[in-house]
Amino acid sequence: MNAILNFFKPDFLKQKRGVHPPEHKAESTQLPIAKLAMPQKLVLPLRQHIGNMPKILVSVGEHVLKGQLLATPECTVSAAIHAPTSGTILSIADEIIPHPSGLPDKCITLIPDGKDQWTNLTSLDWRNAPKEALIASLCTSGIVGLGGATFPTHIKLRSSGKLNIQTLVINAAECEPYITCDDMLMREHAEEIVQGIEIAQYLLGAEKSVIGIEDNKSIAQQAMQAALTGKPISIVTVPTLYPSGDARQLIHLVSGIEIPHDKRATEMGVQVFNVATVRALYRHFTFGEPAINRVVTVTGNVAQPQNFEVLFGTPLTALTQAAGGAKPDTTHYIMGGPMMGFDLPTPEVPITKATNCIIAASPHLFAPPPPAMPCIRCARCAEACPIQLQPQELYWFAKSDAFEKARDYKLFDCIECGVCTYVCPSNIPLVQYFRYAKSEVIAADKAKEAADLARERNEFRLARIEREKQERAQKHAERALGTKAEAAKAASAKKDAANEAPTTEAPINSATDEAAKAAKQAAIAAAIERAKAAKAAADATGLAPKNTAPANPAVQQEIAEIDARRKNVGLANTNEAPMTADAEKQAKIAAAIARAKAAKAEAEAAKQAQNLELKE
Amino acid sequence: MNRSPYISDAPSVSMIMLKVLLALVPGIFAYAWIYGGGILVTIALATLTALAAEAALLKIRQRPIKPHLMDLSAVVTAWLLALALPPLAPWWLIVVGTLFAIVIAKQLYGGLGYNPFNPAMVGYAVLLISFPLIMTKWSAPLILAQTKLSFLDQLYFIFNQVLPNDIKVDAITSATPLDYLKTHLKLNQTLSEISQAPIFGVYGAKGGEVVTGAYLLGGLYLIQQRIIGWHLPTAFLGALSAIALVFYVANPEHFASPLFHLTSGASLLCAFFIITDPVSGPTTPRGKLYFAAGVGVLTYLIRVYGGYPDGVAFAVLIMNMCVPLIDAHTQPRVFGHEK
Repeated sequence: MNAILNFFKPDFLKQKRGVHPPEHKAESTQLPIAKLAMPQKLVLPLRQHIGNMPKILVSVGEHVLKGQLLATPECTVSAAIHAPTSGTILSIADEIIPHPSGLPDKCITLIPDGKDQWTNLTSLDWRNAPKEALIASLCTSGIVGLGGATFPTHIKLRSSGKLNIQTLVINAAECEPYITCDDMLMREHAEEIVQGIEIAQYLLGAEKSVIGIEDNKSIAQQAMQAALTGKPISIVTVPTLYPSGDARQLIHLVSGIEIPHDKRATEMGVQVFNVATVRALYRHFTFGEPAINRVVTVTGNVAQPQNFEVLFGTPLTALTQAAGGAKPDTTHYIMGGPMMGFDLPTPEVPITKATNCIIAASPHLFAPPPPAMPCIRCARCAEACPIQLQPQELYWFAKSDAFEKARDYKLFDCIECGVCTYVCPSNIPLVQYFRYAKSEVIAADKAKEAADLARERNEFRLARIEREKQERAQKHAERALGTKAEAAKAASAKKDAANEAPTTEAPINSATDEAAKAAKQAAIAAAIERAKAAKAAADATGLAPKNTAPANPAVQQEIAEIDARRKNVGLANTNEAPMTADAEKQAKIAAAIARAKAAKAEAEAAKQAQNLELKE
Repeated sequence: MNRSPYISDAPSVSMIMLKVLLALVPGIFAYAWIYGGGILVTIALATLTALAAEAALLKIRQRPIKPHLMDLSAVVTAWLLALALPPLAPWWLIVVGTLFAIVIAKQLYGGLGYNPFNPAMVGYAVLLISFPLIMTKWSAPLILAQTKLSFLDQLYFIFNQVLPNDIKVDAITSATPLDYLKTHLKLNQTLSEISQAPIFGVYGAKGGEVVTGAYLLGGLYLIQQRIIGWHLPTAFLGALSAIALVFYVANPEHFASPLFHLTSGASLLCAFFIITDPVSGPTTPRGKLYFAAGVGVLTYLIRVYGGYPDGVAFAVLIMNMCVPLIDAHTQPRVFGHEK
């Protein structure tokens, strides 16, 4: 009945945007999470997180123990890499990594010795240890956001210390179709997740924790509810509507807070963690375990879709074999979900911290889209967009390279969730257009920045040359004046002498003439100076030159009064005012520019952070 | 490579157009019932002309022909134009109008998705301006006609403009209620006098009301299928009713009732099938309200004060011109932004 009612419900009664694609979650939730057999080798990309590449601590041929630190974080935004099992380092070289670019990156290859022997682990009693010690231990834990964004977790917990975090939102939405790793994790490890939430809440100093979970995971929700008994943590069920798992969308859904586009969630007192991430926190503090494995969904065109606990570095082929092998018509593999995932370059890539799901793709599962038709402006994309953008307009701008216009229409608020493409009757790859437009705008901004810098430098150089020229000219003038003054002195001295001796000779006469000329010139110069000074004074008062002819006292009195009034209303400036005002203006402009630059930098940083948070 | 999303769930453009055609079927049946089967000939002729013109222009413009003929947008244009023309319009009128709609108003602007004006309405407006006499002379509904033409007679008339020996043209044509109202108001008759004429039905045109009802049915089907939204029809019908009501209340002997305006002329066809053309209309929810309300008010004003009996075509074309402006000023608030 509800379905029928909803069917006829006019658009304005349907509050929520987004889409509800076929879930395909049942396939991979039939079997429990299985532990994968030890693979032949493990390939560990050094960059499995957002940020800097960590510094390698081991060398080729070295034997390492399970959990041993292989690479330590460099700078703040970086994460450690640990040995997922005991074995020998085979090589440290470039290998193909699971990235849309298909480019190789530096990896440590480890050959397991089969003993799976742990290094010494130190657990921490998080309730009693100082927070600094906990954060310090997290820095080398290698834990990153396991929702897919892979932002180093210690930064999210540490930097939040300065901010006032009221709400911790736990992202258990898992809104992408096919993916069930968080679902299964909650079903099987609800206790660990709940304790992880408590740790995160404690570290953040948050007042409350809310778990946001989509209403299609009732078993997981029941498990969580059971684990939460007697704990002040609440569960908010959100409708199954992609992309409700986007951090900002989820925050809005569970708390009603709409994070402003130019602010981070933390600035609004909210921090978001994925369920798998908080479980990793729990295991780290309780058992001292670093991040060496995760749960991965293997689904799609495989014989038996299932979730596996997989060591980082495990080759993808080992995983698909465990799932019964890929069916013969499998063309390639997708990492992530069908809405935001990407094609893996080869089936040989390793599983990393970012791998939440592997989908074996076939033309039968994901039919290639029919050729794109022209946009008919039906605005289905605009109706579905969770950000309420106007994709049909953005598409038009992106297509005609009107990137500035696209920016005006909030291109950079696009979260690339793919909903617009999903609903497009004309099969237009809208998201691709937006990715392209964004990269073009960013490239143009960088080019502009470089050009601005070059222009500034050039302007500075020209100004310096001009200044030096003026200084030289001034020096020359001073020198010339100095000679003239000396000449004048000499002349007057000679004049005196001449007066004393009336019988002057021709040479002396000529000297007198010169002296007279010099004196005249000096007089003229002085007159000019006086005129200039007078003008400057007039300017300085800020008044138009007034009648300077002698006036009777009454008139003068009136003028004085008017001047006073003008001064009072700020029309007239005091003598030093013009300079100060000018300087003040300049300073204000400089400050404004600095502020704008800072704001821009901040916004960019926020954007970056937001992008990072996206999947978290 | 990043080419996600890999899945999609959208009716194709062809499917959308097909549903629009389907929604027109009740209207066409009602039309054929009231005015005779000639409309089927008109529709067939317009459809063939539209497809031929579309194919020829696509070939000249070196665009793929098959996918664009399959998108059925040309057929929708042809049907809408055919339904707007008077029954028994001569064949050349149908061809000229359709050619203008497809060649000039659609393909020369860049084809599907690029036309700023509603092609069917451009075709209609061109015909109305060029051949006002033919365009305003409607054949009388069969129930009113003194002589009833058979389907073959109608077919013959469309192509030859010749009637069977014993029938005169006047016997099968009459003014439309909108036209009749206009001329007779000028003769200083009151509405109660005018509405005594046999061409008037309960609210609007006798017989025409039935067709109007069938359009409403088709329109509701389109809303239920989510092919069109509620904004455009509601705002159009609301605005038309509102302005008609204001005038009607002020002087009921001179201005027709809102119900008359809703059930006369092309009101319902316009509400559900013409202003809902997505290409030439606005895309924002608020923009749709403004656009449709504008069409409603203009339609009324042209009907009452303009030189033509019905104002839908011109009202739509005028509002088409305002679409970029409307869209630019009705952008919805983006998530995380202040308005």
